Amino acid sequence: MSDPERGQVKPPLPLGLGSATVRVSLIFLGVAFVSLLLGDIEITTSDPWGEMLRFAGGFLTPSLDSIDTLATALLRTVGFAFVGVALGSIAGYLLMLFFDKALVRAFCAFIRAIHELFWALIFLQFFGLHPLTGVLAIAIPYAGVFAKVYAEINDETDPLPGLVLPPIRSRFIQALFLKLPQAFAHVKSYTAYRLECGFRSSAILGFVGLPTLGFYLESAFVQGHYSEVAAMLMIFYLIIATMRWWLRPRLLPLYVLASPFFLGEGLPIVWSNVGRFFTEDIVPAPLKNGVSWSSPSELWEWFSPIAQEQIVPGLWNTVILTQIALVATAILTLIAFVLVSKHFGGAKRRSVGHLFLVVGRSTPEYILAYMLLQLWGPSMLPAVVALALHNGCIIGHLIGRQSNELVLRPGTGTGTDLYFFELLPRLYRPFLAFLFYRWEIIMRETAILGVLGIYTLGFYIDSAIENIRFDVALLLILVTAMLNIAIDMLSRKLRAGLRLTTMPTPDVP
Amino acid sequence: MHVVLQAVSLRIERGEHVALVGKSGVGKSTLLKLAFSALTRSVTAGADPMPSIAFLPQELGLVTQLPVFHNVYMARLARYGRLQNLRNFVWPQAARAAEMESILGQLDMPSSLRTAVASLSGGQKQRVAVARALYQEAEVLLADEPCSALDGPQADNVLQLLTSSFTASIVALHDVDLALKHATRVIGLRDGRLALDEPSATLRAADLGFLYE
Repeated sequence: MSDPERGQVKPPLPLGLGSATVRVSLIFLGVAFVSLLLGDIEITTSDPWGEMLRFAGGFLTPSLDSIDTLATALLRTVGFAFVGVALGSIAGYLLMLFFDKALVRAFCAFIRAIHELFWALIFLQFFGLHPLTGVLAIAIPYAGVFAKVYAEINDETDPLPGLVLPPIRSRFIQALFLKLPQAFAHVKSYTAYRLECGFRSSAILGFVGLPTLGFYLESAFVQGHYSEVAAMLMIFYLIIATMRWWLRPRLLPLYVLASPFFLGEGLPIVWSNVGRFFTEDIVPAPLKNGVSWSSPSELWEWFSPIAQEQIVPGLWNTVILTQIALVATAILTLIAFVLVSKHFGGAKRRSVGHLFLVVGRSTPEYILAYMLLQLWGPSMLPAVVALALHNGCIIGHLIGRQSNELVLRPGTGTGTDLYFFELLPRLYRPFLAFLFYRWEIIMRETAILGVLGIYTLGFYIDSAIENIRFDVALLLILVTAMLNIAIDMLSRKLRAGLRLTTMPTPDVP
Repeated sequence: MHVVLQAVSLRIERGEHVALVGKSGVGKSTLLKLAFSALTRSVTAGADPMPSIAFLPQELGLVTQLPVFHNVYMARLARYGRLQNLRNFVWPQAARAAEMESILGQLDMPSSLRTAVASLSGGQKQRVAVARALYQEAEVLLADEPCSALDGPQADNVLQLLTSSFTASIVALHDVDLALKHATRVIGLRDGRLALDEPSATLRAADLGFLYE
């Protein structure tokens, strides 16, 4: 049909600006760009590429020379994960029973907002290097996560069986008979997924001194024993990649019951330390000296420099780094999913893609960041790359799987035509849903990477602990938790506002 | 707004077994659901103490992942203590199993306690739900088409059992002959209103025909 009034037809807005999801994406992109200008991104080591080549060389010559230490480290890593996740899932299930109460929801949000490593740093102060420190460091935040996800899963079950019965007083019995049998398959796959996360959490606990993988990895790395590092990582990947074969339901009770015996002896708990920690160490300094709450000026004098010198810069850097890492994750995801999508390339190419994504998501961000930091020197760059690689591989895997479920009409284009006109529009909403879901997780990790020397909140927390100022450390941990809860709420608002309804419970096998 | 059911007021005496009849979509299920929630959730100001109610909806409300034993046992979760419930979840008591076995035997489903409900046929599932209602030992039964998936003799048997086990009942039925045979009183709904309320002894099948026009 000819158009008599040429020039009157308005084409749609460029870049799809008419769509809310695109507008939100562009805002995030802009924020990340500004953050990039403000942040400190550089490589400071004298010979980063030579060191990286030597590191890569380690993977060609993995060394099993210290197989004894390695086996012990892996056994303990798996042991801490089993005990911590088992306790966390039981506690989470019990908390879930009361998830209709706002207080319980807030409590769970709070305990999961504090990273495993921060919990470990807290427990180290009074339990010392006792196995209990590692177990609780995993169990507590995981309980908060389990409670939330189990509650979401339970909400999806059919309520009718409960409605036809006379009211049952015990919430536990109600859940056991009516909810758990219906939700069991979902609960099981989610718990197995969290166990995989537990292996990673357990591995990085080694960085604060517990006898897991991170401990040996760090010492091998600083000595430049890259062949040993490579062997450790490769066996760790192997353990995770083969989970589906060795993690049989029938063997699970055996693993859980045996695990407590593989945590090592540690050091005995000095109970007087426990009391002192709560009654003296964490009490804000001015209150310790007998000043009562009625003179707030002294408290302000205590708080004000902490706020100026630690809280504000810590928050600033954490937020900047989080936003850069989030967008870097997004970009990597949009590339990574292509590697495992059946719409691009055959089975052989996809299995290479899968291998890349498995390695990416099995390597804890913390370990990646640690290694890159050693190779490139201190700046935000190693953290951004580590966070983007790990999270991009996780979301890329999920989006790739979704893309494989799409049935396209015959005769679609190839290459960028296929990518931009067929796949991206269909996958963009679930992609954003997963991304915003991980926003809060990325922030948690960003804060913790401070322990490695990047000036996020974790850096100030770690320094406060080193200077034996536990009152300050605890205050900073609370600030970190609040930031995390705020981002969680913001993300939920955004997802609701954009109607991103995908429930991203990744059941990564 | 589409009104399924107009204001309805019913008084059922002890010893009365009501058959609720009418075309499908006329509001029988809605009436039963409303009656159930009114009888269980509100405490009436009247002098009568609330009777205990067993409710058997059309969708049955079974937990199909669990065996027959657990589904029938659920009727007594509120009656027994937490520890006993927990014990029976893990390790069913022989006494409870024996009680159920006698009920299931009468329903022509002997030795099925260990079978997962998911693997049962529609008619078998329906009888498990009937067994659950019977096992509750309540005074009043509210049931919505409790034998729609059963053949003639079985349906007869189930209704016989139900009416003899409860002191009063309201059962929605689409089969007019069954209604006349087992109920003491028949209530007919038409266009969302009470169109008929008579003792069944005075009725014949032809008298109900107008409800289905």
